[in-house]
Amino acid sequence: MLLIDCPYCGPRNGSEFAWQGVPSPRPDPASTTPLEWRRYLYEEDNLAGWVEERWKHRSGCRAYLIIERHTATNEIRAVRLLGGTPL
Amino acid sequence: MSNKGARGRLPARFSAFDLMRRRRSWPQAWRERDLKSTYDVVLIGGGLHGLATAYYLATNHGITDVAVIEKSYIGGGGSGRNTAIVRSNYLTPEGVRFYDRSVKLYEELAVDLNFNVMFEQRGHMTLAHNDSSLRTMRWRAEVNKLEGVDSSVITPSEIKQLAPYIDVSDHSRYPILGALWHPPGGIIRHDAVVWGYARAADAAGAHIHQNTEVTGIDVEQEKVTGVTTSRGKISAPIVVNCTAGWSSLVAALAGVKLPIVTRPLQAAVTEPVQSFLDPVIVSGSLHVYVSQTARGELVFGASVDPFGSYSTRGSLDFIEGLAGHVLELMPSLGRMRVLRQWAGLCDMTPDYAPIIGPTHVGGFYVDVGWGTYGFKAGPAAGESLAQMIATNSIPELIAPFGVERFAAGTLMGEKGAASVGH
Repeated sequence: MLLIDCPYCGPRNGSEFAWQGVPSPRPDPASTTPLEWRRYLYEEDNLAGWVEERWKHRSGCRAYLIIERHTATNEIRAVRLLGGTPL
Repeated sequence: MSNKGARGRLPARFSAFDLMRRRRSWPQAWRERDLKSTYDVVLIGGGLHGLATAYYLATNHGITDVAVIEKSYIGGGGSGRNTAIVRSNYLTPEGVRFYDRSVKLYEELAVDLNFNVMFEQRGHMTLAHNDSSLRTMRWRAEVNKLEGVDSSVITPSEIKQLAPYIDVSDHSRYPILGALWHPPGGIIRHDAVVWGYARAADAAGAHIHQNTEVTGIDVEQEKVTGVTTSRGKISAPIVVNCTAGWSSLVAALAGVKLPIVTRPLQAAVTEPVQSFLDPVIVSGSLHVYVSQTARGELVFGASVDPFGSYSTRGSLDFIEGLAGHVLELMPSLGRMRVLRQWAGLCDMTPDYAPIIGPTHVGGFYVDVGWGTYGFKAGPAAGESLAQMIATNSIPELIAPFGVERFAAGTLMGEKGAASVGH
């Protein structure tokens, strides 16, 4: 069970948040090959360690967040707003 | 498949009377071997898939110079954490054919291995609480029948006859409209399957190395040459990744990237009570499945956790939701106590089908991405992998499950039947 410190709402139960995984840069559809596009769609690093993931506070403020989480221990060391500085 | 109809000829190995009379311990089931510096085949992962592959390599193809490398103890990962359900009522024809082969092998397994694996084909029932799931079940039933698998849609009154404790009334929160009924499905003793394969593989000549971790996979000019382990180097022309949970990390050692996200799946078991539940009950809408073991405990499973993780800790969220859903199905269980809960790691693929076959690294095969369906697939996966290694060609049964399907765009689409409510 996760406790996520939302920059707007404060510490909230992890079940309020939707996990979206580690974002990868979207290739330009105009110049990418089908193989590169499918790699972007499907292949995952799936690391066991610290990752920077995108989450959404679905049942709260609905903000998109970047969360640094350790995937083996579920420890969270940083939460910040996507594309902005925390309040 | 196997020609070892040994029942009746071999003495009973595990007789309690024998133990008392001769005052000696039961024979060792498998040996601890020295790690050789070369093997013909190295199987990474000492779970059901690795051990079954070693067994079928030896018995079906005479390949016995095989090492099974396990970082912990055998059967300690997914093989010992699943909810031991066996069935073949899948959605895609390719999936149905594959899992049905596994059910057939399970039916003969106790005789093949001379080991009581306690396979009880008590039937498998998937409940429908809405029109769309009833529609999917009709679809599944027709695909199953076409492939010769016993599977049909039944009505609430038939459900009540098969499992009297289920609330099939129309005033529950999610009324039950029907179910997919699959008589050959059932439960098995998962530890016994692992031990049976391990003993048989060891007897046939394969080496089982426990507490040995693969720390590197040696690749030269896009061909595998061996592995580095915590006990030394092994050179081998064929290396198979049979791990679950850590399969992405093991594949990465060989430079192979997979479309897999590891997610925990939690399960729980209650105190034992007298037998009252015969079939396995599954509800996709309620995200729960229930079966009663021979010992009387109820085993519950659910859908995978809502985020990727390598942690096997249980959560309160899970047990809270699970209890509510089980009581929705069987209100009379309100006083039952849960004894323990645990989690296993599931390698989820985008199409809820496994990845079996060669990779771009020559000699490096994968048998991964088994999501929530790896245990029921074990025998068929082991048999097919052994055939692939021995004949150096891909058996028809597993041809649809190659990793190249993600590049080609020919995904399987097994999500509707793979497990509950992903």
